[in-house]
Amino acid sequence: MSREAILNKVRTALGRTAGQGIAEPPPVRLRVAEVNAETRLANLLRAVEALAGKTRRAATAEDARAYVGAVLDGRSAVASNAPFLRECGIVDLAGVQSGFTDAAALRAICATANVGITSADYALADTGTLVLLASPAEARLVSLLPPVHIAVVPAERVLSGLDELFTILPDPAAETSSMVLITGPSRTADIEQILVRGVHGPGEIHVVVVG
Amino acid sequence: MSAAFDEKVHNTLADANLQLAIYRATGRLIDHRKHAVAAAALPDYQELRTAANALKRHTIDHLDHYLEQFEANVAAHGGKVVYCQDATEVADFVLGLAKQRGAHLIVKSKSMTTEEIDLNERLEHHQLESVETDLGEYILQLAHQRPYHIVAPALHLTRYDVGDLFARTLGVANETVPEKQTLIARAVLRQKFLAADIGITGANFLLADSGAVLIVENEGNARLTTSAPKIHIAVAGIEKVIPRAQDLAVFLKLLGRSATGQALTVYTSFLSGPRRAGEIDGPEEFYVVLLDNGRTRLLADRAKRESLYCIRCGACLNHCPVYRKIGGHSFPWVYSGPIGAIITPQFLGIEHEPSLPFASSLCGACAEVCPVKIDIPKVLLDLRAEAKRNEERKGVNRLERLAFRMWAWVMCHPRIYEMAAMVAAGVAPRGNGKWLRSAPAVMNLPPVRAWLSQRDLPPAPAASFRELWRKR
Repeated sequence: MSREAILNKVRTALGRTAGQGIAEPPPVRLRVAEVNAETRLANLLRAVEALAGKTRRAATAEDARAYVGAVLDGRSAVASNAPFLRECGIVDLAGVQSGFTDAAALRAICATANVGITSADYALADTGTLVLLASPAEARLVSLLPPVHIAVVPAERVLSGLDELFTILPDPAAETSSMVLITGPSRTADIEQILVRGVHGPGEIHVVVVG
Repeated sequence: MSAAFDEKVHNTLADANLQLAIYRATGRLIDHRKHAVAAAALPDYQELRTAANALKRHTIDHLDHYLEQFEANVAAHGGKVVYCQDATEVADFVLGLAKQRGAHLIVKSKSMTTEEIDLNERLEHHQLESVETDLGEYILQLAHQRPYHIVAPALHLTRYDVGDLFARTLGVANETVPEKQTLIARAVLRQKFLAADIGITGANFLLADSGAVLIVENEGNARLTTSAPKIHIAVAGIEKVIPRAQDLAVFLKLLGRSATGQALTVYTSFLSGPRRAGEIDGPEEFYVVLLDNGRTRLLADRAKRESLYCIRCGACLNHCPVYRKIGGHSFPWVYSGPIGAIITPQFLGIEHEPSLPFASSLCGACAEVCPVKIDIPKVLLDLRAEAKRNEERKGVNRLERLAFRMWAWVMCHPRIYEMAAMVAAGVAPRGNGKWLRSAPAVMNLPPVRAWLSQRDLPPAPAASFRELWRKR
């Protein structure tokens, strides 16, 4: 069997035996920067904009709802089941469909909707990144199939960066089968290194921070 | 140098458009990286390199442990690890699974590991449709070419090449604007994603403590490949494992910056097992194929083992003065540039292209930019020594070895050296440096001809250095 053959070759090459213990691995290297909340938010918005993403600092849920309504401008949208979107009243906007729990139905709507609306579990300020964990509240395709993605994120979910993310979430696999980090709109430079946005994922991304 | 290698190199050097394309693309990538790792952008860049090197060294030195840990954790999340020794075993596994599940259409995201084993060709040979979905890789699949560069696979093609190719193969109007070409590919591939039965990806990292695969990309095709079809198969070399999810805080900061100058690529997917209870979408089956294909052979060599630390960022290609002249397709295998020059002979055996480790000026630029600090020039020297030992064993180039032995002897005896130099200077004609070329019959000696094809022997000066020194 190939499993045994490969593991045996590895052990022989390394001079190890089956079940042999290991040396202490190098320590985990996480350096969480101390950044105050205001700076963090400002960094996040600046980083998203540097990637050609659009941003909105919404003081209230009502403000966030108004911004999303203006972006939609009557276009069809699919919203995830995130409770925060419901709290903000975004699922009640005209043209927004939500509440899907069936994979086939969700895929069908995501394939035709103009806009996908999600929340985010976290956002990373220094890189302008959204962190989405798949769950009953967040499906994978809502932030992927429609040409426009709007993410509505509570301000307290904004972290300084990767180090803080892996400090508070040391074991993502315990929470979800899929954690995706989204940093700006989908892009390519495969033809003559010319930047083109919106290849397979959304070419337009809006990050709305609430609070 | 083998005739095939020689011919490809000369063709590339003679193609002015190609030279410009390579120079521009690599130049831009050099520039992007430079800004991304500068102290202002990433103050602890050197510390991160050191940490990444230590993590890779530790994992590779205890690889069996981490493979077993990874395997157990994949199983704990409802996935399955399949060990494969070579290309045939991978193809057999995918074909067997496709048959059992009645699958016909496969979507693929970019993976050097599957390029290495010609997976598409093997699957298509059995009437499975296997479609590359990264834009560059899709273009290459239509053109029946292999990647020119690890991260910029189609850098040698112009938008006009792509326009012609799409018109010819897809029956669309000839578009030469990249935005429009991208939309054409998006529309064709979107239908493939929604109809596909199986998605095949590579993996940038395998997390032992999580049983997860990590995939970085910019287009969203890897996300679609791992989200839309019912089955996800990740194919990865055994060296891709790292101990902990938390180690990503080190590696992710280096990978995107070294490759394209991005702090993070657009999408970073951390995937552990199939869709869980309550999750709305995602694959129902999750497999990780762990491929050997020559890696254990390399592992046995303690001095060269560090070649397996590579995270495939492509920075060494961009910074290599040789790659920037001879391009990606001159290299005999899918891996090109300095990293290709060290892993190709080790994966395939040094007989495959014994001249490859010699196609380097040993300038050290590759080692300087490597995010995991692989000492590529040192490995190249080790491989050169190995190639020469093989020649010695086989008894080839006896004349060359004799000549060098004589040279060494002369160099060790100063008086004899001086006499020999005087005789040579006396015999040699003055003036034009091309004198040796015009000497009768010299160009008929193959080693001399090969030597002189690239250089001249300068004429002897009127007085030697030693003479000048004595006069002082």
